[in-house]
Amino acid sequence: MSASIRVSTCADVRYVLRLGDACLVLAQRLSEWCGHAPILEEDIALANLALDLLGQARALLTHAGQLEARATGGEALTEDQLAFLREERDYFNPTLLELPRGDFAFTVLRNACVAAWMRLLWERLVGSCDPALAGIAGKALKESSYHLEHAADWVVRLGCGTEESQRRMANALRELWPYTAELFEDDAVDEAAAARGLGPRASELREPWLAQMRSLLAQAHLPMPAESPFRSFGRQGRHSEHMGYLLADLQFLQRAYPGGVW
Amino acid sequence: MIALTGMGRIERAWQVLGTVLDPEVPVLSVCDLGIVREVREGAHALQIVLTPTYSGCPATELIEQQVREALEGAGLGPVQVCLQRAPAWTSDWISAEGRQKLRDYGIAPPQPVSGDGAVAVRWASRRGPSPACPRCGSTETTVLSGFGATACKSLHRCLACREPFEHFKAL
Repeated sequence: MSASIRVSTCADVRYVLRLGDACLVLAQRLSEWCGHAPILEEDIALANLALDLLGQARALLTHAGQLEARATGGEALTEDQLAFLREERDYFNPTLLELPRGDFAFTVLRNACVAAWMRLLWERLVGSCDPALAGIAGKALKESSYHLEHAADWVVRLGCGTEESQRRMANALRELWPYTAELFEDDAVDEAAAARGLGPRASELREPWLAQMRSLLAQAHLPMPAESPFRSFGRQGRHSEHMGYLLADLQFLQRAYPGGVW
Repeated sequence: MIALTGMGRIERAWQVLGTVLDPEVPVLSVCDLGIVREVREGAHALQIVLTPTYSGCPATELIEQQVREALEGAGLGPVQVCLQRAPAWTSDWISAEGRQKLRDYGIAPPQPVSGDGAVAVRWASRRGPSPACPRCGSTETTVLSGFGATACKSLHRCLACREPFEHFKAL
């Protein structure tokens, strides 16, 4: 268990990996806060959110490995192989998730944007034609609801807080907003998923997500940003300069000590 | 030992499962917690259907192992543990006895989950009623932290007896 593995271009596998990688990569970023959050309660909260996301990632990667086996007729890749042994180009999370954790304002704003997006996605996936995916979604939907509440509380609190906290929130919004566009860009993988009843097209979540963001930002006294022409392409496997460092951290142990277990 | 078959074996299995404790809240059995959904005779093994509480619950694998060991130790093997995600676990599945055990242990039990299990999402002005203090029973309590030592708990303080306490969250 050391050489890099490749994954097929099967649309179902790709659809599930995109979501599984989003959960995995955000869990990795949030766990970087462990021992560093501004207050103890928040340290515990971020670690708990990371743990939920990691659990969701495990279920999704395991399922992707099984779908891959069904598509190629080979042996199922395990969650560990998929998490630790792919090359950067074979991870399909949206770029937003891999951006460095930034300051606390950036972290809570990203958590709110992502939880609102995932919650909409889980709501739809509960009705997936794939019963395993629907089962994962049923559990994750409940979890993303309290993730959103917790993060949105902070966005409002900091947005309506001191001059300094407002400045930090405004900076965070300016930095991350352009990366949210990618969450709603369709391609052939989305079309195949929608046609088969596996799950929604990315673009179907755009309007409800924007409506939630409008409401949240208004409560937080933050201006709704204008649409940006900038596009990121993490869902296509083309990542930012930050992804390599994240993977080096994530993969180090399995690459250095192949097959190592607890 | 005489090998049990059919209903006898299943009834005995439920009794044994009632002695397998949740490693993170070691006063609740896996039955009190409501995660054992079914016990049935498979073709080659006794099948135990478990539904995990939280996606990332680190105790899930340990519970699986303890369930297997307890049943095999009682001569009811071979045992096969199956994980079933749907329908998703809810704190409403914690038994009445389990709720009392939680209270006695100093953890406020979860309130019922609203209607169809749909979770309303609100922020900022959300603060609903905080659970009653498991020590003095006062309902004058306040939230200290929405997250606690394990995924399933939050931290509160009683304004009457001033003691902090944990609450098993409604999910």
